[in-house]
Order: sequence, then C-alpha cells, then structure tokens
Amino acid sequence: MEVIQLLRDLSQASGVSGYEEPVRVVARKAFEPYGDALHTDALGNLIALKKGTRAEGARERSIMLAAHMDEIGLMVTGFEQGFIRFARVGGVDIRTILGQEVVVHGTRPLPGIIGSRPPHVLGPEEYEKPVPLDKLFIDVGLTAEQVKDLVQVGDLITMRRDFLELAEGYVSGKAFDDRTGVASLALTLEALSATRHEWDVYAVATTQEEVGLRGAITSAYGVAPNIAIAVDVGFGMQQGVGETESIAMDSGPAIAKGPSIHPLMHERLVALAKDNELPHQVEILPGASGTDAWAIQVAREGIPTALLSIPLRYMHTSVETVCVKDVQRTARLMSLFIATLTEDFAAKLGL
Amino acid sequence: MKELIKKLVEAYGPSGYEVPVRDLIADIVRESVDELRTDSLGNLIALKKGTGGGKRIMIAAHMDEIGLIVTYVDKKGFLRFGTVGGVLPLATIGSRVRFASGAIGVIGWEKWLQPSSERPSLEELFLDVGAIPGNQLPVGVGDVASFDRPFVDMGQRLVAKAMDDRIGCAVAAQALLDLGATPNDIYFVFTTQEEVGLRGALVSAFGVEPEVGVAIDVTKTGDTPEAHPMAVELSGGPAIKVMDSDVLVHPGVKNWMIKTAQGLGIKYQLEVLEFGGTDTAAMQRSRGGIPAGCLSIPCRYIHTPSEMVDYGDVQGAVKLLGEMLSKPVEI
Amino acid sequence: MLLKELSEARGVSGNEAAIRDIILNAVKGQVDEYRIDALGNLICLQKARRQAQGERSPRKVMVAAHMDEVGFVITGINGDGTLRFGKVGGIDDRILPSKQVLIGQESVPGVIGYRPIHLIPRAERERAVDTSKAAIDIGATSKGGAEKLVKLGDYATFRTAFEVLDESGLRTVKGKALDDRVGCAVLVELLKGDYAFDLYAAFTAQEEAGLRGARVAAYATNPEVAFVLEGTVCDDLPKKKDLSPVTEVGKGPVITFMDRSFVADRRLVKLLVDTAKRLGIPYQFKQGTVGGTDAGAIHLTREGVPSAAVSVPVRYIHAPVSLLSLIDLDYTVRLMRETLHTLEGGLES
Repeated sequence: MEVIQLLRDLSQASGVSGYEEPVRVVARKAFEPYGDALHTDALGNLIALKKGTRAEGARERSIMLAAHMDEIGLMVTGFEQGFIRFARVGGVDIRTILGQEVVVHGTRPLPGIIGSRPPHVLGPEEYEKPVPLDKLFIDVGLTAEQVKDLVQVGDLITMRRDFLELAEGYVSGKAFDDRTGVASLALTLEALSATRHEWDVYAVATTQEEVGLRGAITSAYGVAPNIAIAVDVGFGMQQGVGETESIAMDSGPAIAKGPSIHPLMHERLVALAKDNELPHQVEILPGASGTDAWAIQVAREGIPTALLSIPLRYMHTSVETVCVKDVQRTARLMSLFIATLTEDFAAKLGL
Repeated sequence: MKELIKKLVEAYGPSGYEVPVRDLIADIVRESVDELRTDSLGNLIALKKGTGGGKRIMIAAHMDEIGLIVTYVDKKGFLRFGTVGGVLPLATIGSRVRFASGAIGVIGWEKWLQPSSERPSLEELFLDVGAIPGNQLPVGVGDVASFDRPFVDMGQRLVAKAMDDRIGCAVAAQALLDLGATPNDIYFVFTTQEEVGLRGALVSAFGVEPEVGVAIDVTKTGDTPEAHPMAVELSGGPAIKVMDSDVLVHPGVKNWMIKTAQGLGIKYQLEVLEFGGTDTAAMQRSRGGIPAGCLSIPCRYIHTPSEMVDYGDVQGAVKLLGEMLSKPVEI
Repeated sequence: MLLKELSEARGVSGNEAAIRDIILNAVKGQVDEYRIDALGNLICLQKARRQAQGERSPRKVMVAAHMDEVGFVITGINGDGTLRFGKVGGIDDRILPSKQVLIGQESVPGVIGYRPIHLIPRAERERAVDTSKAAIDIGATSKGGAEKLVKLGDYATFRTAFEVLDESGLRTVKGKALDDRVGCAVLVELLKGDYAFDLYAAFTAQEEAGLRGARVAAYATNPEVAFVLEGTVCDDLPKKKDLSPVTEVGKGPVITFMDRSFVADRRLVKLLVDTAKRLGIPYQFKQGTVGGTDAGAIHLTREGVPSAAVSVPVRYIHAPVSLLSLIDLDYTVRLMRETLHTLEGGLES
C-alpha cells in the first residue's frame, strides 16, 4: 500500500469526534483487504479481526491495536447576521485558528473562513490578548437566509487544510493526530498478511479519543483482548519545545514506560526494536498519557497495555508534521511484536 | 402535572441522600409498573414491559440535587461546610437551607461592603442554624442540607430549587404514567449522585444493560441579557442534545429524536452545551458502549435556588418522550 | 477568471514580477505604451481615444492599483533546518500559527507551526500567541538541507487557493491578496473603455512597504488628477457594541473622505457621488479614517495632485484568506468608468 496516498486520504477525510463516518470509510477500505472480519460497534469504533494460526488445542489469545480516527474540530452553536458561532470539540487552541479556512458540514459542505479583524482597526492593547471565542465567527460568504437554510445548530466543522509533501520525507496536514496511527495499523495488517502469527489481532480505529478516550473505553470492554498496544502521536522536537519535553523526529516510535504501561510489554518492544536494529526511542510517562492506552489498561479486569508514539510537530494545529519513515517504523515494530507472540509470553504476563 | 412537579421539587434529596425523593417517586409509579427495585447505590429502577419485538430502553432522570455538608462546628455555633455537587458560593449567600430533619440554616458572609470585594470563597461562608449558646445544636458534622425554596407557579413559567433534575424526574414519571402499549421494554431509572459524578447512572446502566439510553435533564439557555451565546431559549420547546461537556450524542439517537418531534409537529430546539455534563455520558460508556442521547428541558439560573423552566417546554417534552417510547425505535 | 489568476500569483512587496506578467498579458491590446521603472511599477499609457467635449477636460489622468501583497522574507536559517522570517507589510502576529506558505521562485512549501496546546501553561493561553520564535518548517532537517531549497532574502506568501463561494446570491469569492489584486482587476477592466484624455494606468509596486512605488510613478507621470483603486478594510462582523463596520460587503464601491494618508479632494468625491446617484449605482462611504493608500503618496507629488480613492470592501485583509463580493467589483468598475467619462467636463476650481 502506498503510504503517502494512505496518509493523504486519511488526513483529508472529515471525522470530528462523534462523527467519524467519512474516516471510517477510508479506514475500512485500508483494513478490509487484510482482515477476516470487520464490524462497527455502538460507538462507531471500527474493529478489524485478523485471525492467527493456532496450533491444535492451543488457547485463544488476542492482541488489540488501537489508534483513534477522530480529529478535533468545531461545532455550530448559533447564527448572527449570516455569520456562524461555534464551540470546540476537543482541545482546539483557539489562538491558532484565526484566519483558518474550514468546511461547515451543513446540508452540503460549505467552505468558510474564521475571520480576523483587520489590523487597521485594532488598538495596540488588542494585540496582547488572544481573540476570545465569542468574538470569533465563521464566514461562509452567504446571506443570513441562505445560511439558515443550509446550516443548523450542532453541525460539525472541520479544518480545511491541504496535505503537503515537504522536503526530506516529511509531510504536513491536519488530523495527523491520530490518522498516522490509523495508517500504521493498516500497514501492520498488511505486513501480517505475509507473516505467520499465532495470536488473533484486533485492529481498532477508535472514536472520540479527543473528548475523553470514549471509544477506547467501550471497544476494550467489547473486544476484551489479552493485551493491547495503543498508537498515538508524541510531541516531536520543534521550535519552542525543548529537548526535555519532546521526542526526536525521524528516529522511530517512542516506546512509553511508566505506571500506565505494563513493564513486560515495554521490555519486549524495546528488545525487539534493538534486535532488529529498528530506530526507536524511550519515553518516560510518570502520569496519564492522554491516550487510548490510559483507558484500555483499566478495562474489565485490567489489560497489559503498551503505547507507541509517532513523533509529530505542531500537535493540534492544522499543519501537523511527521516524518513518513516514522509511521512505517511503528508498523514494523508492531508486526514484529505480533509475529513473535507465543503462549510463553502469556504465561509470563500471568494470563 | 404542576402538582407532581411541586411535590418533586420541594422534596429533600441531596446527592447520596435521595431517600425521600425515591419514596415519593416509588409511591407515584408503583401501581403502573411491572417491576420496581432499588439497587446498591439507591437508584430506583422501574420496568414497564413491552409487548415484544422492541428495544430495551433506559430512561435516566436524576433524583439528587446539589447541597451542602457540615464539616465543622465552631466555638460560637457557626458551621463550616463543603459543597455536594456544583454549588456556586456566590449563589448561596443569604439563602436558606433545609436539613433532613427539617432544621433550617441561613448562609452568612460578612464582606459585602469591603471596597475590594472579590467573589466569596467557600472558606468565607458559614451556616447559621440559629444556635443559642448553651443549647444543643440541631445539626452536626456530616449533616447535609439542600436549598429551601417553595415552588412558584407563574403561569407559563415555573420557578423552584432543584428543577435540576426533579423536572426531569417529573417528565419521566408523567411519561411512565401516560404510557400505553409499546413494543419496547422500558427501564425508567431515577438515578442518584449525578451531581457528584454521574455515579448512579454508571452502575444502573451496567446493571440494566440497555440497547438505547435517553437521559432527561435540564440545560442552560442563551436568552438572558448578557448570556453566553447559545441557541436554546425558554418557550423554544424541548431541546434535543447534540453535545455537552461529557458526551457527543449518538447521531442515530439524535436523529431518531428529531424525526419523532417533526412527526409530532411539536416545537423543538437543538442544544450544544459547552459547560456541563449529564447522565448521558455515563450510559454511553457503559460496558461495550450504548447509543445514548438526552432530552433537555431549557432552564435559567441552573444551580441557584431559583431555577426557571417553561411549562410549555415541559409538556412538549412529555409528549415527545411518550411518542419516542411507544413506537419502534429507529436508530 | 483574471481575479483568480491575480489572487493566486505570488508577489510580495519588492518582488511583483509574476503579477506584472499577468497584467501585461491581460492589457496587451488596450495600451499604446508601457514601461517598467526602477521600483518595478508597471506604468501603462492609453492615449486619448477621442476628442474631449469642451476645454476643461484634464489631459492626463492617473489611475493606480498596487500589485504587491503582504508576506514574508526569509531572514535566516536555523541549525535544525527551519527558517527565520520577517514580515513584509502589516500582518497581525496572532494569525501566524498553523498556516501554510510558499517560498521563493520554486514555490517551496512550508508551514508555520506552533507549540502543542498541551505544553502551554494555562496562564499563557490567556495571552496572545508568542511568535517571537516562529519559524517556517520546510521539512529540511539541517542548515545544509534547507540551503539546497531556499536562500536568505527569498520571499514567502501564504498558500491560499482562490474559490467562488456563492454563484448567485452575494457572489462572494475567497482568496489571498484581494487587497489589492481586486484593484488591479478593476483597472484592467477600465482599460477596455475609451476616454477623452491620456489615461495612465499605474500598477504600482511596494505599496504595503510604504506607498513607495506610487511616489515615483506619480513623479514621473505628473498627472492632473489621480484615482486610486483599493481593496479596503471591511469590518462588518457582528459586534457586541454598535460600532462602525468601516465598510460592508454587498453595499457597493467605497468612497473615502479621509484616511490616515490623505484627505480626498472634495470635488472628486462630489463627482463620484453625483455620478453614482445619477446612474443609480450603489455606493457607500468609508465609515472611518483607518488605513492608507497610494493616494497618500500621489497627492503630495510635485505641486500636488487632486486625488480620490475608490475601493471594493474586502473582509480579512492582511490575513491568509480574504473575501469580497463580485457584485461590489462590478459596480466599482461601472462607477469608475462613468466618473472618468464625466471628468471630461473638468473639475471646478
């Protein structure tokens, strides 16, 4: 599968938390060729099962891979003189959306602009403060009557941002958090279709992570896997973010370690990366990871969980930037991990 | 229905101490249900069986109201307290509160006339239960009080404390009483401890295991002089929730509610609540996930002693809920 | 559509060649002479096509519109391959984060990123974004890697596509640099008319950098009357208080009384208003004195030139994407053409 095309399709699809259908369609197309069964659960999680080949009489074992399909976005809350008021869905930094182009998903998709007042009318004190949410409006260039016909309260709004190929294998676009993770799941399934593996694999494109890990909570309960790996994005080194707060770009996935990560899962991932000379890094997480892993770890009786983070710059803006190789390396690590899973490991975990 | 509302709002029932409200509701619905039970967290679960072929639906309306809990008695007999649920200190000053025993307290604050008065903090407030030195105090540490305000019928508008969410309980109870034949098995759950973290709904949803969940709760409005912009207003009809702080309503449930309202030809509004959560979220994340939505009653001055709703909106909600429950559910 | 071509072309103050080429191509059959001067102005002459009726007609009229847009210039390359930049023209820093740009002749794509919200302390989120360390990321991972693609002094523009938003109602369009590519589009249209005087169409350079092109163009041309065509401030978003929108989309061409750079010649303002009223062309006054235009430089040339400014209202100027109504554009062309005809009658003293 062509990685850049996959990233482009996933990134460009609309899928704000709670309304992931258009992305689910793209994810389904990417997973389908390699899964034995696909289904969508009550919260919209897309679950692809790829069965392993077990020895006669061997116990059923499964691993769940999770990456979230939803993106942060906005929602229509009201109208004023033909302009549209909105609220945030997920952690949008409203200071980064001034002058942003958007799509308002009314009865048809409407291109719009989050307008800014011209500098000419602003006094010097204005520049010190961010423009507050109640002074931001979306302009779709239509009259008030036209807008009332086409848009209603509750309609979703996505950032409109072209996918860009930059130099040296970097790409930039919206929603790389966490469509790059979803892409890595597809790549993993593809690799596994050419490799023997004993454990069943549930690749889950989860929903509503950005608003509270909600898809992960319910899909982990429903799938009830023996172990799990979540893939999300991590703070890539960039201007204004120090070495101590970030992971390196173009250096492979960061393998998390900390109370919310099962130590044996972490250990095994690191060992496999080292043995296979796969670029990787280690990230220490003293507290909550802010990812699906946090929810999965405490599903039902508890699930040994690991977290892989794809280094990403400018998180939660519409110009998120990654090194394509890092996405591929993440998939490679997951397929290595899965291909070498045996009953021994289950025993070590006390399952 | 105003009598029912009055009885419910004036009852005592802060989070964790809902027994009087539960007893009241149990008496109202007992003869009209097939099963009635109380679970370990105090949720009242009333089942109306359907004729078959329908869905297993859970309706959640919370019985608890916000309140205060006595934490300390000082040497002069003034009481310090903590909050039970989202009590706004500013909204309590000069208010009267009532304890389970019926004892009344007044909330005092002394900094009115200081030029640089900032918003009062909890530590600056205290409860005065009319203690006379030497006499036994009528209440002590651990006692819980709720606001004490009578129900007022303004005609079209109704005002009381605890409209959040006794109005939801009233709508649910009325719909229960009015319900005729239906293919669906409906669990009317009058939940506890919503105000302190949706706790009753969480465990009752796990126990009931519904296929669809609908909460009935209040929501804010954007129709007062300098309100935060919001498209919901009193007299705009019952509101169908799209999103609140804790939930993005299942689009299928939202559309089912909209279609039902349109089919009935009743006025309705769409609601996006930027600050505030409801039992909807607890149902949504139960077990493997449940498609959940919320029927909201627009309400001004939420979490103050004088919450105001529109009777037309309330009646619209009863009608809408009834229609939703008596037909096959299409999600 | 010419406006689309002009909007998507890239020409930051000091680097207007691409715009100039498009305009030259568009006016080929209409002008008798043209020259490109030391500042990059494109000055076109359309000789009088007919005799004036009466002797009071001016013999030389200048109409100006500026070709340049606000943008950035690369000022340095960081060790990590990202680019430092300076702003050219007045851009509100608060719009910088999370935007796409194109750099240099080869249109190398880049992004202006920002720190993740998760890493920004609460207190800081209450303040405007700090762009002191803002940098453009082109994907290069080292100074050497970046130097292969861009160089110091390269210009960068916002990367914005032009698009029609509404075909039939307000006929709105969005794109970058509508200030002042719309002025250029109007001027190109005006050259299709026939006037009784020599019309100097000055497509000026470096207006955003301080009205610099207009200054020298006016000195060289030495016109008797001048009009400036602009895309002007439109602040008609809803506001809590009842304050001036300055101009409004859909209400027609904007006539300026006064701005920070000049006081419009009263006779020219009257001429414009009378023409509009006579022909039933909608118009609006600029309800404010903000901003400046090439008229500021032109009217002070040599012994002074009576000048006026006519504009199309544009929302979100000096930002990555702006918006205007083609209805306003069409009326602006009409008003200007008719006013130029009426000008043959001369100005009162």
